[in-house]
Amino acid sequence: MKSSRLGAWVALAIGAIYFLVPLIGTFEFSLRMRRDQYSFDAYAIVFADPRFQATLGYSVMMAILTIIVGIALVVPTAYWIELRMPKARPLVEFITLLPLVIPAIVIVFGYLHLYNSSSFLPFTANERSTDVLLVCSYVTLSLPYMYRSVDTGLRAVDVRTLTEAAESLGAGWTTILFKVIFPNVRSGILSGAFLTFAVVVGEFTMASLLDRPAFGPYLQLVGANRAYEPSALAIIAFIVTWASMGLIQIFARAPKGATAAADRTT
Amino acid sequence: MALSAQTGVAVAPGAPSSILDRISWSWLGLAPFMIFAILFLIAPTAILMIGAFQDSAGHFTLVNIQNLFQPSVLDAYWISIEISAASSLLGAAIGFLLAWAVVKGALPGWIRPTVLTFSGVASNFAGVPLAFAFLATLGRVGLVTILLRTFTGFDLYSTGFNILSFWGLTLTYLYFQIPLMVLILAPALDGLRTEWREACDSLGGTAWHYWRDIALPVLWPSVFGAALLLFANAFGAVATAYALTGSSLDIVPIVLYAQIRGDVLHDQNLGYALALGMIIITGVSNAGYIWLRGRAERGRA
Repeated sequence: MKSSRLGAWVALAIGAIYFLVPLIGTFEFSLRMRRDQYSFDAYAIVFADPRFQATLGYSVMMAILTIIVGIALVVPTAYWIELRMPKARPLVEFITLLPLVIPAIVIVFGYLHLYNSSSFLPFTANERSTDVLLVCSYVTLSLPYMYRSVDTGLRAVDVRTLTEAAESLGAGWTTILFKVIFPNVRSGILSGAFLTFAVVVGEFTMASLLDRPAFGPYLQLVGANRAYEPSALAIIAFIVTWASMGLIQIFARAPKGATAAADRTT
Repeated sequence: MALSAQTGVAVAPGAPSSILDRISWSWLGLAPFMIFAILFLIAPTAILMIGAFQDSAGHFTLVNIQNLFQPSVLDAYWISIEISAASSLLGAAIGFLLAWAVVKGALPGWIRPTVLTFSGVASNFAGVPLAFAFLATLGRVGLVTILLRTFTGFDLYSTGFNILSFWGLTLTYLYFQIPLMVLILAPALDGLRTEWREACDSLGGTAWHYWRDIALPVLWPSVFGAALLLFANAFGAVATAYALTGSSLDIVPIVLYAQIRGDVLHDQNLGYALALGMIIITGVSNAGYIWLRGRAERGRA
C-alpha cells in the first residue's frame, strides 16, 4: 500500500502544478504593467473603467433576476411534482437536462430566429424586452442545477406530511409555499442560486449574440484590445467564482456541498 | 422533444371525466414550467431543426444536410470532434487518477474537501477568463514560456507549440474537464468498498486481478459515461475558444457564432443544419452518458 500512497501524492502534485501554475501565471502577468517593477496598475485601470462598472453591474443584475425567476419557476414545479404529480417527474427531469444537451449557442440561435422583431413575440425588438429574453435564457441554462438542488432538498423532507399538517392548521397555498416549503429547501435553493450566479456573471455566448452590454462580452473586448488588463480581469473573475462556490459550501454544508457542484452535471 | 412534452397531455382524453378533471387540474400546476420550457428551450430548438430541412422558400429539402458534407464544414466538425475527443479522453484519464488519489489514496483528511471544492470552482471557471489565464501563462510572453526560455534556454514556441492551436485549446479545455471528471467520479469511487479489495487480497488475488475482475467492471460505466459528458461539454463550448483563438481555429461553435453574427456561410438554412449537427453530436454523447449512468447506478445498487 506504500507505493499506492506515493502514487497518490505524485498524482496530486502534478494536478496541483497544472491547476495552480495558470493562476500564478495570470496573477504575475497582471502585475507587469509597469516596465521595471510589479504594480497593481492594471487593476486600478480596470476598476476605474466605467464600462467595467457598468457591465459588471448589468451582469450582477441579470444574475439576481435569473435567480429570482429561476426559484419562482423551479420551486413550485418541483413541489407540485413531489406532492401531486410524481408521474411527471421523468418528463420534467428530462426537460431540465436538455440545456446540457443543447449547446447555448444553438438555443440563442433559435431565439434570434423565433423572436426577431418581425415575429409573433418580438423579444429582440427593444432593449428591455431583450433583457427579459436574456434572463429567460439564463434561467434555461441554469435549469439543470437549479432543479437538481431544489429537488434533492425537497426529497429529503416529507413534503406530503408537511403540507397536510400546514393545511390542517388552516394555512393557504402561499403560506405553505413561503413559510413551510421554502425554509425547508433553503440550502438547496442557495446552492443552486450561487452556482447560477457564478455561471451567469461571466456568460459570453448568450449576451454577445443578443447584443447586450454584459460582463462576458466586455471581457472579450478587453482581451482583444489590451495587454495586461485581461489578466487582472481573469483574477477578478476567478475570485468571484471562488466566492460563489465558497458560499455554497457554507450554506449547503458537508457532505451536500461536495455533491452540489457534481449535481449540475447529472 | 416537443413530442415528449405532449405525451402527458395525451393521457387525459381517454380517462373518465372525474379523473379527467383531477388530471388536468394536476397538470395545470405544471403549466408555468411547461410553457417556459416550450418558449425558451423546446420551440427555439425545434424551429432550427425544422429550418435545417427547408430551403429559403420554406419547402422541404435535404440539400442543407447534403451541404454539411462539403469539405470546409466537414473540416470544422472534424477538428471540433478531435479537440473534444482529446480533451475528454485526457480529462477522463487524468481526472480518474486524481479522483483515485483523493478518494482511495489514503492522503491526509483535509485534501479531499479541498480538491473537491477547488474542482467545483475550476469546472465553472470556463469561458473568457480561462482563455486569458492560459494566454498569460503559455502565450508568447506568458510566465511559463519566459521562465522556460530564461532558465533552461528552451523555446516552447520553437517546437511548433502555439496556445492558439489544437493542443493549446485542448490544454486549456482540460482546466475545466479534469475537475468535472473528479466531481463526477468521486462518488463512484466511494462506491468501491474496501472489503472488495480485502476479499480479493485474502483470496490470493493480485492488484491486476482486482482491477480486471472487480474495480474496472464496476467503474467502467461511470468512467466511460463521464468521458461522453466531457465530450459534449467541450463540443458545445464557445467562449473559451473564441476568446483564445478569435477565429483562427475553425471549430463548429466558432463557425456557428460567425454564421449567427454575419451569415458567413451565405446560407441561413445551412446554418440551421450546422446547429442540427451539433445537437445530434452532443445529444448522442449525452444519451450515452445517461444510459451508462443508469447502468452504473444499477451496478451499485
